[in-house]
Amino acid sequence: MTQRTSPERGVREPTTTAAAAATAVTGGIGDSARRPDGTLKVRGEFAYSSDLWHEDMLWGATLRSPHPYARILSVDLTEALRTPGVHAVLTHEDVPGENIYGLEHADQPVLAVDVVRYQGEPVAVVAADHPETAQRAAKRIRVEYEPLEPVTDMVAAARGEGPPLHPDGNVVRHLRIRKGDAEATADVMVVGEYEVGMQDQAFLGPESGLAVPAEDGGVDLYVATQWLHVDQRQVARALGLPLAKVRLTLAGVGGAFGGREDLSMQVHACMLALRTGRPVKMVYNRQESFFGHVHRHPAKIYYEHGATRDGDLVYVRAKIYLDGGAYASSTTAVVANAATLGVGPYTVDNVAIDCWGVYTNNPPCGAMRGFGAVQAAFGYESQMDELARRLGVDPVELRIRNAIAEGDTMPTGQLVDSAAPVAELLRRVKNLPLPPAVRTEPVDVRELPGGVSNTTHGEGVVRGVGYGVGIKNVCFSEGFDDYSTARLRLQVIGGEATALIHTAAAEIGQGLVTIKQQIVRSELGVERVTVQPMDTSVGNGGSTSASRQTYMTGGAVRQVCHTVRERVLRMAGRRVGRAPDGLALAGGKVVDARGEVVADLAEVLGDEAVEATEVYRHRPTHRVDPERGQGNAHVQYAFAAHRAVVDVDVELGLVRVVQLDCAQDVGRAVNPQAVLGQIHGGSAQGLGLAVMEEIQVVDGRVRNPSFTDYLIPTILDMPPMTVDVLELADPHAPYGLRGVGEPPTISSTPAIVAAIRAATGRALNRVPVRPEHITGT
Amino acid sequence: MDFLRPASWAEALAVKAERPDAVPIAGGTDVMVELNFDHRRPPALLDLTRVAELAEWSERDGRVRLGAGVPYARIIAELGDRLPGLATAARTVGSPQIRNRGTVGGNLGAASPAGDAHPVLLATDAVVEVASTRGVRTVPAAEFYRGVKRNALEPDELIAAVHLDVARGPQQFAKVGTRNAMVIAVCAFGLALHPDRRRVGTGIGSAAPTPVRAPAAEDFLSAELTDAGLWASRRPLPDAVRRRFGELVAEAASPIDDVRGSAAYRRHALAVLARRTLGWAWDEYREGGWSACA
Ligand SMILES: Cc1cc2nc3c(=O)[nH]c(=O)nc-3n(C[C@H](O)[C@H](O)[C@H](O)COP(=O)(O)OP(=O)(O)OC[C@H]3O[C@@H](n4cnc5c(N)ncnc54)[C@H](O)[C@@H]3O)c2cc1C
Repeated sequence: MTQRTSPERGVREPTTTAAAAATAVTGGIGDSARRPDGTLKVRGEFAYSSDLWHEDMLWGATLRSPHPYARILSVDLTEALRTPGVHAVLTHEDVPGENIYGLEHADQPVLAVDVVRYQGEPVAVVAADHPETAQRAAKRIRVEYEPLEPVTDMVAAARGEGPPLHPDGNVVRHLRIRKGDAEATADVMVVGEYEVGMQDQAFLGPESGLAVPAEDGGVDLYVATQWLHVDQRQVARALGLPLAKVRLTLAGVGGAFGGREDLSMQVHACMLALRTGRPVKMVYNRQESFFGHVHRHPAKIYYEHGATRDGDLVYVRAKIYLDGGAYASSTTAVVANAATLGVGPYTVDNVAIDCWGVYTNNPPCGAMRGFGAVQAAFGYESQMDELARRLGVDPVELRIRNAIAEGDTMPTGQLVDSAAPVAELLRRVKNLPLPPAVRTEPVDVRELPGGVSNTTHGEGVVRGVGYGVGIKNVCFSEGFDDYSTARLRLQVIGGEATALIHTAAAEIGQGLVTIKQQIVRSELGVERVTVQPMDTSVGNGGSTSASRQTYMTGGAVRQVCHTVRERVLRMAGRRVGRAPDGLALAGGKVVDARGEVVADLAEVLGDEAVEATEVYRHRPTHRVDPERGQGNAHVQYAFAAHRAVVDVDVELGLVRVVQLDCAQDVGRAVNPQAVLGQIHGGSAQGLGLAVMEEIQVVDGRVRNPSFTDYLIPTILDMPPMTVDVLELADPHAPYGLRGVGEPPTISSTPAIVAAIRAATGRALNRVPVRPEHITGT
Repeated sequence: MDFLRPASWAEALAVKAERPDAVPIAGGTDVMVELNFDHRRPPALLDLTRVAELAEWSERDGRVRLGAGVPYARIIAELGDRLPGLATAARTVGSPQIRNRGTVGGNLGAASPAGDAHPVLLATDAVVEVASTRGVRTVPAAEFYRGVKRNALEPDELIAAVHLDVARGPQQFAKVGTRNAMVIAVCAFGLALHPDRRRVGTGIGSAAPTPVRAPAAEDFLSAELTDAGLWASRRPLPDAVRRRFGELVAEAASPIDDVRGSAAYRRHALAVLARRTLGWAWDEYREGGWSACA
């Protein structure tokens, strides 16, 4: 991919801290420093969790429910246990601790008891000396089911219809947002109904890990996850062990996008390891992976927008239904985002939003990049386009007219107290050059809808342009005690001052390992920074989600650097007989205010290791009130805007996205290349939702659990991007930075669908848009 | 599982006669997927990649004998001029990795209705050469597909080659998928104009239990072209003819609704593909280079 624009083109207002940190060091903050794991990954030599190996290890396999909803009448393990090579076959009766877990609500059994609530729910696990043997033995377990009528309609579930799947009924959360006048009327009214299909994270490294039983009766678990400490808490509870006896180390993570926030094989592998006394490895195959993790909540959304004839939004009313499937997972937070961000990045005086997250017997849904905000944005951005059409105004002008800005308030009453350049982002994407309208012959079919499939040589091809802009909360919201921990050790190794940085925050491919090195280099002026393996022997790093790790773990690393720096400068001051106040660290030296070297850092350290641990918290947030949904729920807002140009073969309904450009404010591009990577990837994932990615579920059953029929974009589907990065510092955030990962996923989908609408004139109120929706056949 | 690795064609046939339950494996791009998904647990695999003859092609008297084991990448690189339809279909198969491994023999062995070689093999009247220790026989492509993923092979037989005429007229292939590359056909269409015989050949993929021809469409178009003297005059094709041809192709299909698309959409799309590919083929014919009769 290419990008014309580098972050330097954006507006930059560095904060004082950032300026102070900008010591002369290569690979520091603001550099596109190389990833420490980059070469290994590119060469295919990086060890992912599925590559884990241990002498003497056994292989685990999982027996899953074929039914979306059924009573378990009996389980017969005889044949499975008799299979040569099998070491253990375990059911819910063998769960040593509490047979319950869950990210926000503990409502999910480790292994099913009496009832299964979704197709693919784990019922039993097997350990054997060969993965094939384990699979075969699992198939020999005889489970007698009494299938029940599944609950599959999210709207009916929200109304309380159908049998309750959990003790408190099928509504996981109902959130109301009320602002202004509930009865407000307007000159123009636009009503729309929208649907979002179930998207999958489709990470390439399937769920996998290795559990090794320890001599102290505990277990060491090596696993690909997004949050070691929340796994540790849930695994320990299920195993009935104290936290200290359940030690987790991050194994190589092959992508996550939210899909690794919930447990998959963690407890199962540990149970098998503790029972057999042998290390146990579990690796899902692609098909099992589709059943082994949560997906993006499908949504049904009803919007009503009222505006003046001039295009000022008067009110927004919405009902948003989110299908959480069989277990709660992150549903409460998904509901919070969809509701609190439900009008989008616009100022509206009168708002009434009701959002429900429900239980059904569909596959469980939870975290996926941009959750809640993605679903709502498809709805509100479609509404803005329709409103523009009705008013006969330019859709970008309508958005700019209503764009939220710093100093405005959200429907929750929360003040937007840092940069919110929504109008500027829209103007920037609009001003980027468009592709040439007419192609010069001869046309390469790869540039046309249908690509290599040779479906058109230009016949039926119509171009369309569309825009989208979105809003996302960064970090954990609603009063959650959100923090990260960093431990730093500075010592001389091989004659050179070396920093060892240790956190539990999961590197899932986004580049946190690089960010940590960059911050240490800038803050301490040392070149050599070693990133220690991420594990639970250091404090909680929080989740690698909600676009939060550069903010949170970056914040913790900065803080611990300051603590260590202070101590080192005191040591230096004592050594050279000067007050530490005027001293600083740069280029491996201690320097004074004029930049004169007063001592060599390695000499100051001598044989001593300076070590500190710090915990960083963002400013507190609060729960919104249950009546009107008012309160300061979020830490920070982030924005991105896209312009999509598509060519649609209107006769065949095939789409090629010709151009997908983005403008995004990132506060501070700590690693400009990584920022672009996030924007490219997020935009591609939004493209996938727009035109192809959907887990098709019928009567609670998944019809396409493979990459043969769950399609994700290829290089021929994703155009090269022009990305315009703004850096408007947020004074509340470390280095002024703003979370990057999620916003591009939010706005690219509505921009692409808007472009397809422009080309086809079709309403297209559902994503992904399928060829049939365009051709009407 | 036994892994049998014959070094010659004779040995391969002998092994297959002895072990009819052995599953042949060429590029492995279908077989390995089935094994990984645990759809199939054969007692033995019969690896054909050491049989040099299978990976060869030759041309004699205007006919190409394409070894069953020639990968798509080579068909594209080496046979684009002689077998333009098959080469176009080959370009749409999978990704570069799949095209480096996958073969027409494997496509025929799998006999999936979605296999991309089939519409072209049907449209060009290709003949499949199959062999066993009992001897060699030939099966026209149209008789080779016997049901969903079933073909005309006896348990002791292997596919040796496919025989196709060197193209004497324009050939086309187009497939609809919901991604711009690496996609299984929602439906596909192959077309061959045979000016030498004054006939038209067709093949439909992914829109019936097996790949099928559209005989009514072929008859209609062949008659239109011949009766109006268009083969000789090379005048533009009336729109009505192209449209009717599309309709007849769509009528020949018996598609279903599935995860990849609806039956109605498949019919609609086939009509569009048939009309468009005919337009391209006819334009190419009109531009010359192809002689009007043999
Ligand atoms: C990622 C991916 C993408 C794909 N995309 C496409 C696509 O776009 N279009 C498409 O048509 N296919 C596609 N396929 C399927 C596959 O690549 C093709 O069907 C290919 O032609 C198979 O050839 P092969 O040599 O790999 O066959 P193999 O997998 O080796 O064999 C396939 C079948 O043929 C039998 N067989 C092979 N050789 C012989 C022989 N000489 N005699 C008798 N039986 C034999 C085997 O026993 C088996 O049943 C795709 C597969 C993958 C994995």
